[in-house]
Amino acid sequence: MNTAGLILSALSQGMIYAPMALGVLIAFRVLNTPDLTIDGSFVVGMCVCAVVTIAGYPYLALLCGMAAGALAGLATGLLQTKLRINPILSGILTMTGLYTINYVILGGQSNLYLQRASVNANGVEMQVASDTMYKRFRALMVALSGDRKFDNNLSVLILTALIVAALAALLAVFFYTRPGMAIRATGDNEEMVRSSSINADRARVGGIMISNALVAFSGALLCEQQRYADLNFGNGMLVVGLASVIIGQVFFGRRSVTLGIISAVAGSLIYRLILQIAYKIEMPSYAVKLLSAAIVVLALSLPLVRRLIRERRAEKEVEAP
Amino acid sequence: MSSLRLIGLKKTFERGTPNEKLALDNVNLEVEDGDFITVLGSNGAGKSTLFNAILGKFRLDRGRILLGEEDITRQRDFERAYKIGCLYQNPLRGTAPNMTIEENLALAYTRRASKSFFAVNRRDSAYFRELLAELNLGLEDRMKTRMGQLSGGQRQAASLLMATIARPELLLLDEHTAALDPATAEKVQALTERIVAERRLTCLMITHNMQAALTLGTRTIMMHGGRIVYDVKGEERASLTLRDLMDRFRAAAGEELDNDRMLLG
Repeated sequence: MNTAGLILSALSQGMIYAPMALGVLIAFRVLNTPDLTIDGSFVVGMCVCAVVTIAGYPYLALLCGMAAGALAGLATGLLQTKLRINPILSGILTMTGLYTINYVILGGQSNLYLQRASVNANGVEMQVASDTMYKRFRALMVALSGDRKFDNNLSVLILTALIVAALAALLAVFFYTRPGMAIRATGDNEEMVRSSSINADRARVGGIMISNALVAFSGALLCEQQRYADLNFGNGMLVVGLASVIIGQVFFGRRSVTLGIISAVAGSLIYRLILQIAYKIEMPSYAVKLLSAAIVVLALSLPLVRRLIRERRAEKEVEAP
Repeated sequence: MSSLRLIGLKKTFERGTPNEKLALDNVNLEVEDGDFITVLGSNGAGKSTLFNAILGKFRLDRGRILLGEEDITRQRDFERAYKIGCLYQNPLRGTAPNMTIEENLALAYTRRASKSFFAVNRRDSAYFRELLAELNLGLEDRMKTRMGQLSGGQRQAASLLMATIARPELLLLDEHTAALDPATAEKVQALTERIVAERRLTCLMITHNMQAALTLGTRTIMMHGGRIVYDVKGEERASLTLRDLMDRFRAAAGEELDNDRMLLG
């Protein structure tokens, strides 16, 4: 693949994972609560989407995947608020339980391809690829451009970018409405929310549901794009999301929610570009997780390092005559 | 008319453990409409626990709480919150640091706000600006500033506004000026008194300052060991000297207060 092709591929992947970065943003930055459900809700979005797509409803599949993620979030939220279980443990519990549920959704197997057995005109049984949103959109692009070789990654990028833009705008608006502001405030000072006669538990559960719905939506998008669902795909997803959010922050800061939303999407794109560069210099694919973890550590330590450098410099200035 | 009635409040924390503590021991109190009660008592006397009981932060073992005509004993904290405002010693407790002043006020105003799609709307903001202007801290021109950038005193003043903005029936002040420097404390205290007077709020104020306890408000109660051990108002209170109050305090608390006496003397 040429350089343009590599960049296009990275950007289309980045867009697909952008809703997940938004979900992580809501959990870690807005609600200020670590949520490990994310690894599981990504996969549940994938699995539900796969099953519904195979049944022949590729658009409904995305919504179903999203709803499944919201339900996973509801479970974690109720564990946190009703049973007062530690947030991290709540997430781990839901994630662990989800593994079984995902396995059942996939019909007792660990992966599922978006295809269906069919009998052709000659009476031979064969596998037919399921119709997906991306397939339809590419057909539309081909029809519009008249180019039969219209780049698949470009088609994926255009469609996903449109969806993500709409999602991000919706989210940005939502956070300035009353329920949205209650969610933000709950992450900022829960006691103050309660004394403002707002049910902070409900705001918290709502926030966790939205967060996981977004993560699951990413899983659903990826499922339709790569045409299969895999039970183990969610491992380390949280770190990927965190890396995206943190990278975005380095470039855009974290002054407002709107800026946070933009930076999470941008972070997801940049993260995929970094990975693409790493692949280009022949990093083996199994090194991705370590790289992701290293990026997060690096980005998280940046403020401390900066402060140390500043202090060192200030010391020197004092010493100098 | 009485605005707040506490009937036989009882609460034991960590029952059945070596740390068992009887925090409220049959507390009865009838607060008249417009009363400004100062609450005295040494550490662990049950003052803050009493406030938390009124705020609904925990379930009582026994007793009932009536606010106006309404029995709020079983209401959850956020359900009764818009009838009761509260200010704590720590100015950080009452405000959300990463949200703007305007957003903080809009949130506190939730129950009374004008209907609008966005939480912050022009009509309410104009009202907030007026209220902020009355604080004389210049905050009315900084409504888009994040709360976290204000000083402790400014944040406490903003908290005071937030605690009273939804027009509660009752205001609880838990040593709300204790963490501020003397000049700022005085300012916030004056502000408090003005707002309480203007809105004719019924108010309970915990303080460790005996002088303030006598000169401020209309009535003084003293707590010890989870009980109200002294309750004075009217002429008797007007003729009370600091020394009288100290004696009462000592009598109530017994020997254990020798150290405090030195501190307070």
